[in-house]
Amino acid sequence: MLYIPGNNPAMIQQGGVYGADSILLDLEDSVALNQKDAARILIRNMMRTIDFYDTEVCVRVNHLGTPFGLADLEEIVPLQPSAIRYPKTESAEEVGNLLEIIEKIEDKHGLPHHVMTIHAMIETAMGVQNVFEIASKFPRIDAITIGGQDLTADMNIIYTPDGAGIDFARKRIVMAAKASHIDIIDTVFPDVNDEEGLRKETEYARKIGFTGKAVINPRQIDIIHNVFTPTEEEVRKAYRIVKEFRANAAAGQGVFAIDGKMIDTPVVRRAEYILQLAHVEILPEGADEKPIT
Amino acid sequence: MTPKTAAQAGTFESSDVLFLIEPLPEKSGRKIELFSTVLHQYGESFNKIVTEMLDDYALTDIHIIARDKGALEPTIKARLETAINRSLQNIQQV
Repeated sequence: MLYIPGNNPAMIQQGGVYGADSILLDLEDSVALNQKDAARILIRNMMRTIDFYDTEVCVRVNHLGTPFGLADLEEIVPLQPSAIRYPKTESAEEVGNLLEIIEKIEDKHGLPHHVMTIHAMIETAMGVQNVFEIASKFPRIDAITIGGQDLTADMNIIYTPDGAGIDFARKRIVMAAKASHIDIIDTVFPDVNDEEGLRKETEYARKIGFTGKAVINPRQIDIIHNVFTPTEEEVRKAYRIVKEFRANAAAGQGVFAIDGKMIDTPVVRRAEYILQLAHVEILPEGADEKPIT
Repeated sequence: MTPKTAAQAGTFESSDVLFLIEPLPEKSGRKIELFSTVLHQYGESFNKIVTEMLDDYALTDIHIIARDKGALEPTIKARLETAINRSLQNIQQV
């Protein structure tokens, strides 16, 4: 997910060509306080006109506690981006209030309540404490995300490249997302010149369960895709596991072995997830199997 | 209608346009000055966009200076709308 400053027409109009899975048009931190009105109108016009191809478009609005939050929602909700990202979410009650406002705006414009989703950003210690309730209470929240810079500021600690200060928060947020069966997106890596650092942090994020990572520069996209995309070897292995599992299941056999290693339901579930990430489908028996090229 | 006060919106960045607008005395009409890196290719369509928007807002006695760096139509419209809103709401951005 690529952050694009909401008052930057050059970057917004090219949003669909960077190769990111999704772009986040930002009305919050990347827009100066005296330019919020300009960014809001620019994003509205761009979303109505520019073709972003198959890139998902999300918009980060300002918090409702600021003078800009309500005006942002009134302008953006009728455009129905894929998702609205809500910053500094601290409680389920706050999300309930947000959804009430969004649904009123949707009603006013004759829009359904189930198309546009909400991404809750967890960026404060209070948000981390309440994250499971935030993630699980409303079906409209389909992703949560951690904001590392704001979180370290809220905790009065210094952000370090090893992420030590936010490690507990990362893991707690991941667990809340997993328990709620929603996506979980890691914070940005702020040093665009440190590619090795970005790779290490992304590998760590994937290892502990994140399903994606936000980026602040298009240069960072390839590394993140590279880390989150399963390798050919992983896909081949997953394909074999799922295929043999189905054949065994059809024969009434549960647990089986491949190359001497026991394959049971959790292993199969993990393999199915890898195939889903790689967009690979198991072909029926007897079909000409060329799943990986 | 006449803008209430001088106002501006936009930047000098590439793909953007900076609009400065100010009220003129009653019955002075519209004065539009366009400086653009793509004046010869798109000057005419730029002026058309501006004129149509001024018609929509019924703004008559107004001086507009536009410094364009190749802005697309949605950007031109967004910046002019912002400048007009700021002027009508008396928001000083200069």
